[in-house]
Amino acid sequence: MKKHNNPFMDNIRRLSDSRPATVGAIIIMLLCFIAVFAPQLSPNNPTTACLEDRLISPLTVPEYPLGTDHLGRCVLSRLLYGARISLIVGIIVVGISAMIGIALGVISGYYGGGIDAVIMRFVDATLSFPSIFLAVTIAGLLGRGLPSVIIALIVVDWTAYARISRGSVLSLKETEFVESARSLGASDCYIMTRHILPNIIGPVIVIGTLGMAYVILSAAALSFLGFGPQPPTPEWGAMLNAGRMYMRTEPYLTIIPGIAIMVMVLAFNLLGDGLRDILDPKKTVIE
Amino acid sequence: MNLLEIIDLKTHFPTSNGLVKAVDTIDMSISEQETFGLIGETGCGKSVLGHSIIRLLQSDTVMKGKIIYKGKNLLEISEAEMRNIRGEEIAMILQNPTTSLNPVITVGEQIAEAIRLHQRLNKKDAKQKAIEMLEAVRIPSPSQRANEYPHEFSGGMKQRVMIAMGLACDPALVIADEPTKGLDVTIKIQIVELMKEVTAQKAMLLITHDLGVASEMCDRIALMYAGELVEYASVIEIFENPLHPYTIGFLDSLPGRGLVPIPGMSPSLIDLPDGCRFHPRCSHVMEICRQKHPGMTEMKDGHFVRCFHA
Repeated sequence: MKKHNNPFMDNIRRLSDSRPATVGAIIIMLLCFIAVFAPQLSPNNPTTACLEDRLISPLTVPEYPLGTDHLGRCVLSRLLYGARISLIVGIIVVGISAMIGIALGVISGYYGGGIDAVIMRFVDATLSFPSIFLAVTIAGLLGRGLPSVIIALIVVDWTAYARISRGSVLSLKETEFVESARSLGASDCYIMTRHILPNIIGPVIVIGTLGMAYVILSAAALSFLGFGPQPPTPEWGAMLNAGRMYMRTEPYLTIIPGIAIMVMVLAFNLLGDGLRDILDPKKTVIE
Repeated sequence: MNLLEIIDLKTHFPTSNGLVKAVDTIDMSISEQETFGLIGETGCGKSVLGHSIIRLLQSDTVMKGKIIYKGKNLLEISEAEMRNIRGEEIAMILQNPTTSLNPVITVGEQIAEAIRLHQRLNKKDAKQKAIEMLEAVRIPSPSQRANEYPHEFSGGMKQRVMIAMGLACDPALVIADEPTKGLDVTIKIQIVELMKEVTAQKAMLLITHDLGVASEMCDRIALMYAGELVEYASVIEIFENPLHPYTIGFLDSLPGRGLVPIPGMSPSLIDLPDGCRFHPRCSHVMEICRQKHPGMTEMKDGHFVRCFHA
């Protein structure tokens, strides 16, 4: 067995042993590459309408590899730019939700008592609504546009991080290394940030990766319903909605963005499952 | 001069079944550079006494009495002041070295952080100090081992790390809570030797149920039973001239002295027996033992015992 001194490298190696997780990671890297280099990769401007070229089927005209939509915009270019929006929404929502959720969850679990009761009842209340319904309501109240989708999804999403970190803290705060730190004169704040936080990062990474999939799907759903970025912004959910009218005659207009959403969501789910397998101590394989 | 003086200390835990009197009326003192052994069965309250000194107990604990350290009553100072005393003045070496180190932080960093809690050092100097501490506890190639994680250390090595961490800020008093628990005999001897060496200039409260370890390390020994001290004297006095039936029973239960167990079980700390707490198990029980609670009496110079019979 090759021994790595660094546990991070050790985990990377174990992750690469899992085929689904590797596939997921490669697809995500590819999607990130596409998102970053969308302007260089796109054959056309994604927002330029050309009514003469409307509804061209895929693989018929070299100028439009994946055809054009009802306004004659290049589907491939819109798809590539759409990856940007989905990934940015995912990263922002997961990042902010995780920060809010971890902070509140750690405080809640560590101090217990009244603070815990207030925070956890708030979490319970949020979870008692169907999440997409709550997101639709909030997005509706805030008005259309990308920021309202992001805010709506954060409101729904932070609870998962709060719950998982609270649960971890409840067992961690009783551990002897926390007691040991306290016996050496450490303050509560120090124990939370230096001793507890590094120990809950594992489960949070898993929840975060699986959460990316959920957030991307929800964001597409909200856009599909018309709450998301407004035309002509290339967004996958909105493309799906626009193609809905032509489903019988031009099914590719819905199929192509649908596949894009599916691939991205699947990739995050694969990676998330793989991470869960290696970061879950119960499943650790003794080598 | 006494470094630490405990006067009439009571540590009680309220539970749904009643008040657990884990430490009930303890008087004792530790002078500078003295090693004081606290011996007792599992569940007699000896660990709680150790934790009481640095107030490392759950928040609803009821503590009464006085713990005077360098003239200051530790039960009256604020939590922030207490934090400055922990580690810097009074350090604790916990049992179970395996679980007392944070698994995701390197050993060197954990020691360095313990130093930085009390001393204004930059990370590099603290790390250097940590390596010196590892060297002081005889860990081979310390600068390399400092970058390793706790799971890469053996049990005995982890206990060495715990000792290094406890002593990192050069405390005046060390509370060692069963430092040799779970170590096999050869490693135990090494740890005892090491602790004797590194704490030579310090006062120490050694909490253990291992009389062999206590006799090796301590100047004085106290026997604790059901939340109170029943006898204390110098090591030689305890071994040559034990007075309390519990002490005698404890010595007789040693492998070298016939392995004779003390009959019965130690009482529940919620529902203590009337009179002498040891009387249900005592072979010399008299009528008075059932009715009156014996006080601590000085039998000889510095030899105290809590027994009517003695």
